Amino acid sequence: MGNQSCVKILNEWDIVAARQLGRNVAKELGFGTVDQARITTAISELARNIYLYAGQGQICIEKIYDGGKAGLKIIAADNGPGINDIRQVMEDGFSTSGGLGAGLPGVKRLMDEFDIDSSPGSGTDIIATKWLR
Amino acid sequence: MDFREKMEQEYREILINYLKNQSEQSLYQGQLFSRHTLEQKISPEEIVSLHKSLLLELYPEVPESVLHSFDILLEVMMGYGVAYREHQSLRNKQMELRTEMEIAANVQQTLLGTSIPDVEGLDIGALSVPAKHMNGDYFHFVVDENNCINVAIADVIGKGIPAALCMSMIKYAMDSLPENRNAPNLVLESLNRVVEQNVDPSMFITMFYGMYNPENHTIYYSSAGHEPGFFFQKETEEFSELEARGLLLGIDKKTKYLQFEKEVLPGDMIILMSDGVTECRTEEGFLEKEELIGYIRKYIHLSAQEIVNNIYKDLERLQHFQLRDDFTLIIIRRNV
Repeated sequence: MGNQSCVKILNEWDIVAARQLGRNVAKELGFGTVDQARITTAISELARNIYLYAGQGQICIEKIYDGGKAGLKIIAADNGPGINDIRQVMEDGFSTSGGLGAGLPGVKRLMDEFDIDSSPGSGTDIIATKWLR
Repeated sequence: MDFREKMEQEYREILINYLKNQSEQSLYQGQLFSRHTLEQKISPEEIVSLHKSLLLELYPEVPESVLHSFDILLEVMMGYGVAYREHQSLRNKQMELRTEMEIAANVQQTLLGTSIPDVEGLDIGALSVPAKHMNGDYFHFVVDENNCINVAIADVIGKGIPAALCMSMIKYAMDSLPENRNAPNLVLESLNRVVEQNVDPSMFITMFYGMYNPENHTIYYSSAGHEPGFFFQKETEEFSELEARGLLLGIDKKTKYLQFEKEVLPGDMIILMSDGVTECRTEEGFLEKEELIGYIRKYIHLSAQEIVNNIYKDLERLQHFQLRDDFTLIIIRRNV
């Protein structure tokens, strides 16, 4: 897929690289500054989750087109411990780190579409999309 | 013009005015503006972005460094924007919970509904008000086959939803008692077994159960650790405590209860209550029994229901309209 570029998340600095990649693609697609900031915040959050809970994984950014619409898709994948109770992590106010991060519900609200697949022992895949309005 | 265009225009005007004269009036307009944007759920990062673009539009010669500084501000505000959206969503959830709770309270009222019997020779008044939505107090009247008036008043140790759920069970246990009721002590013994078997070990129920026989005008009663009621003797105009001892329901399934009896003469009153009445907190501490008796005397010339209603109103005001515990008060008077 020529439209996809990926960043491996191995340490905290890779989060910055993933943000940069996301911002560049968002700019190319013509997203405004507020949406660029939303997309990079979502990427940050997903990359941070990989770094903190899975140890390593990758973030891929893809330009997508559907009918006349263009959009940006974030694919976050890791082979970490996975999530035991997805409903719980998708609940507002729940965060295992206790921090004030956006958490997955925050990511979902920053983007237009959100999908998560995870089970204990087999890692986590998250796909989030934002469409250009 | 959609809201966004209107918002931009409004903000532009406020900004231009303020940059011109730095007046308090423009600042006030800014405050009003935030009220509109909050109503429309506009996130803080959008305001920062709008500010930046308007600044560039109004002052094309603005230094690059100033414009760049807004990128940092935008990024910082992003976090606040996320928190703001979470707040919105939690608020909606809270409203849903509140609605659900109100429905549950209505269901509870239907479930626990009892009507005050209209018995010749007796004047009965009763009122039960929950502190929150759901009531952990309960009262129940049944006129049995022998025309005896059975009255139960119960209080779950605890408040709110768990207490209310528990109370629904008690109600069904009472409904399944045989039509020709047993003596009050046997009723309590049978309910005690139900509670002991079915309720969480940390939850206890106090109950007073009385059976008024209109043939000999005698009330037979037993208590499972319930707040003692009062007996008003018309002849002496004296109040005395309705003495009854017994263990709370749900502690030990083998508990036996004692039965007491009292003859009721014309004008005498039986006053039953939950601890929400006596533990009504005033500025000087708990309501003293003497004070409660004072309230009853104050309204003693009225009907039983009016006495109950008036005492509730007085105690409600005394607590600044904030009940700390569920309130239940019952008055049974033998007519003169």
